[in-house]
Amino acid sequence: MSATVSQIDELKTTPWSGGRSPFNVEYGKMMMWFFLLSDAFTFSSLLIAYGALRFSAPTWPSPSLVFQSVPGTSIEHGAPLVFVGLMTFILIMSSVTMVLAVEAGHRNSKKEVIWWMIGTIIGGVMFLSCQALEWNHLHSEGFWWSAIPNKETLQEFFEKGVPFAQQQMTSHQFANLFFTITGFHGFHVFSGVIINIIITINVLLGTYEKRGSYLMIEKVGLYWHFVDLVWVFVFTFFYLV
Amino acid sequence: MSSEPTEVHHAEGEHGDTMTRKRIWKVFFILLAITCVEFFIALFMVPNHHMPINIANPVYIVLTLFKAFYIVAFFMHLKFEKIGMVYAILVPILFIVGLILVLTNESHHWITLRM
Repeated sequence: MSATVSQIDELKTTPWSGGRSPFNVEYGKMMMWFFLLSDAFTFSSLLIAYGALRFSAPTWPSPSLVFQSVPGTSIEHGAPLVFVGLMTFILIMSSVTMVLAVEAGHRNSKKEVIWWMIGTIIGGVMFLSCQALEWNHLHSEGFWWSAIPNKETLQEFFEKGVPFAQQQMTSHQFANLFFTITGFHGFHVFSGVIINIIITINVLLGTYEKRGSYLMIEKVGLYWHFVDLVWVFVFTFFYLV
Repeated sequence: MSSEPTEVHHAEGEHGDTMTRKRIWKVFFILLAITCVEFFIALFMVPNHHMPINIANPVYIVLTLFKAFYIVAFFMHLKFEKIGMVYAILVPILFIVGLILVLTNESHHWITLRM
């Protein structure tokens, strides 16, 4: 009898037999993953709606004509992708500093974590400033939610020979989708910067040193990389395709 | 609260596979290189008619998915998690694929409705 019991006890050591986490992930980190999954659904819905509307449209404002200036400088024409390339670089760079902060956290090096976190926050603020310039530039041309430029300006954004009625219709859709999707993404970046600042203050106060683990840096890191991930898709579908 | 996270760290240490500084920079340069290829296509290949736009667009999407893989697998560390965790995150993504299929099909019909 006792032999059978010990056999059952042995069986209970597999990951899925209960009594421990089969995922081997701390609760908060797993919940962050599930939150990001739900957020991925939200962003996908927005981007897929954009794709469907654009796919079914007879014409669309050409990205290389709409985004050909460098806001904040005197370059107004002939520099497509330069400004958004800079924005993409800033965001990827801040993702790198974030993952370096996580790595420093694994070694319990408080000083390094602080510096990499500050780098990440600066990257986030720079990205938001660039986006403010971009929005301001499009707004000055006449784009806004359900607002489009006048007839003369609008013609610059299309290939030659597109009828004005079509230009009007698709420009409205472009403006609404662009401001909604980049706005929603920018809101995520903004939240990320705020969260990063709070976490950095906690690091400075020594909260995680006392706790003995910098796991919190990993959790905010996941969020920050997700924001970068979404930007990769926004960049492709608004600026390249 | 304090004992649990350290346990998780130990388990990762046993795994032996995690993000080192060298690996972080390697992934960064891969992401940068992919972005540079996208710029090369958009600024040189397409305007000079070396590549038609209807080939460039799928190329952009494939390159974007590569970038997404590197961010999720390495920066977000998903490659080094337990396989159950990986599936818990990746399998629901099928719903997104489903919505893409449904709406690309649907938008085909919208073209005729709008004309």
